[in-house]
Amino acid sequence: MKEIFKILEQNGRATPEQISTMVDEPVREVEKIIKQAEKDGTILKYKTIINWPKLGEEDIWALIEVRVTPQRDVGFDAIAERIYQFPEVHSAYLVSGTYDLAILVKGKNMQEISSFVTEKLAPLEMVQSTVTHFLLKRYKENGETFHLPKEINKRLPITP
Amino acid sequence: MLNTKSAPTQARDNLISQKVTSLPPSGIRKFFDLLSSMEDIISLGIGEPDFVTPWHIREAGTYSLEKGYTMYTSNSGMPELRQELASYLELRYGVSYHPEHEILVTTGTSEGLDLALRAIINPGDEVIIPDPCYVAYPADIILAGGVPILVPTNEENNFVVKATDIEARITKQTKAILIGYPANPTGAVMSRKEADAIAGLAKKYDLLVISDELYARLVYGAEHICFPSLPEMKERTILIRGFSKSHAMTGWRIGYVAADRRFIQALAKIHQYTMLSAPTMAQLAAIEALRNGESEVEKMVQEYNRRRRFMVKRLNEIGLPCFEPKGAFYAFPSIKATGMNSEEFAERLLLEEKVAVVPGTAFGLCGEGFVRCCYATSLSSIEEALRRMDRFVKKVG
Repeated sequence: MKEIFKILEQNGRATPEQISTMVDEPVREVEKIIKQAEKDGTILKYKTIINWPKLGEEDIWALIEVRVTPQRDVGFDAIAERIYQFPEVHSAYLVSGTYDLAILVKGKNMQEISSFVTEKLAPLEMVQSTVTHFLLKRYKENGETFHLPKEINKRLPITP
Repeated sequence: MLNTKSAPTQARDNLISQKVTSLPPSGIRKFFDLLSSMEDIISLGIGEPDFVTPWHIREAGTYSLEKGYTMYTSNSGMPELRQELASYLELRYGVSYHPEHEILVTTGTSEGLDLALRAIINPGDEVIIPDPCYVAYPADIILAGGVPILVPTNEENNFVVKATDIEARITKQTKAILIGYPANPTGAVMSRKEADAIAGLAKKYDLLVISDELYARLVYGAEHICFPSLPEMKERTILIRGFSKSHAMTGWRIGYVAADRRFIQALAKIHQYTMLSAPTMAQLAAIEALRNGESEVEKMVQEYNRRRRFMVKRLNEIGLPCFEPKGAFYAFPSIKATGMNSEEFAERLLLEEKVAVVPGTAFGLCGEGFVRCCYATSLSSIEEALRRMDRFVKKVG
């Protein structure tokens, strides 16, 4: 079962036929499991990882540490929701340590991100403080490495 | 004055040892030369993992260099490594070896195999091996002064050598049975029943068993039988293992032999005069592999298994029938339906569709009619290779 999702996680375009062979389950069974998973939210979405800088698109990214005041009954969830609804927010996490929320924000340029922070995020009532770290270089994301040198085949073409 | 007489070396025709001269060149060599001149090839002919050694192991190797571990180690291998190996074999297979006296760290399993054969063979001793088998078995036996006795295996037995076939070839000269399961080139795995039968023969005729278990960790839905773990077999088995396939460490050249101390003493004698010790960096990396490598091994095994199922199914679909290989990373389909022999098939497939496979005959006469396809390559390459093979089979069929 989990095997199917591991394959899909690596390759969202794997067909039920291919998966069925790899996990040794009937195609119909695989299709059923995938459909069910799509319905119940086990599979959230199929996406593609694009290396945007190759297309000349250079988005600006920032990791923002946010300290907030938790609220009675809802803890951090209500304030987190208010923050992650902003389309600029790419990812949001509640973390342990010296701050509470870690959010990853995307913008077209520095201006866009700074106005998000100063005009939208910082003024929120429960937000005590923010620290913004601009991303300088991306090495690895979601298990995929960027800026890979061209793959060199180090194996001999035929070995015993 | 110029000496016009021919140099003495030119007059001699016995410069090279007869033993070496008589060895046939590896059947793989010819292909290698052909391949190196071509481009855009998908190779299913590579007998090694496509994974790079897991990072934590590479890091341990690098760290050992940084720290200056660049000297020889004890001949038999670092005590910590031998200790880890002893615990590993005990835990996994329930067979216990004394780390100090019963384990020898070698430069890959290839050295272990060579040492084992040289340590036990007297001139003319016979060593029984399955046909087809790993390319080095017959050659190593001959180089050690022995006589390889081939026991044919076939599809009907899924290429596992049968005890009755072995028994029929036992003579007064028989010294040992050399087996390697999971098998290269067939992917065959030996069941407990089959192993028991061979163990019975070894006891009945007082023979040694050399068990090459390099691929032990690569089994799929089958149990790996560690030969010395069978009743009373530890005393008469020389167990040869390594890290190359399980931990994707082919280039590190690191393996080990475990056996009763009288054998290890003998092997260690040759080892100390020839190899001295296995590479220190590789030994430290192997310690890391044993201590923290399990999850990476399992990940690779899962990935191989997916590719295995895919390849075997497709081979059968395109008309190259293939029994289910439950170990290693090879499929061994029959190409008899094409009317070609193995070499012809492999050569034409390479030239016409740019897919490299290894003719079964490279591994023995009983490999005729089969080719070895390795699935230690990316799924997309396997898919493309099989598309091309499909086209090829349709064209020639």
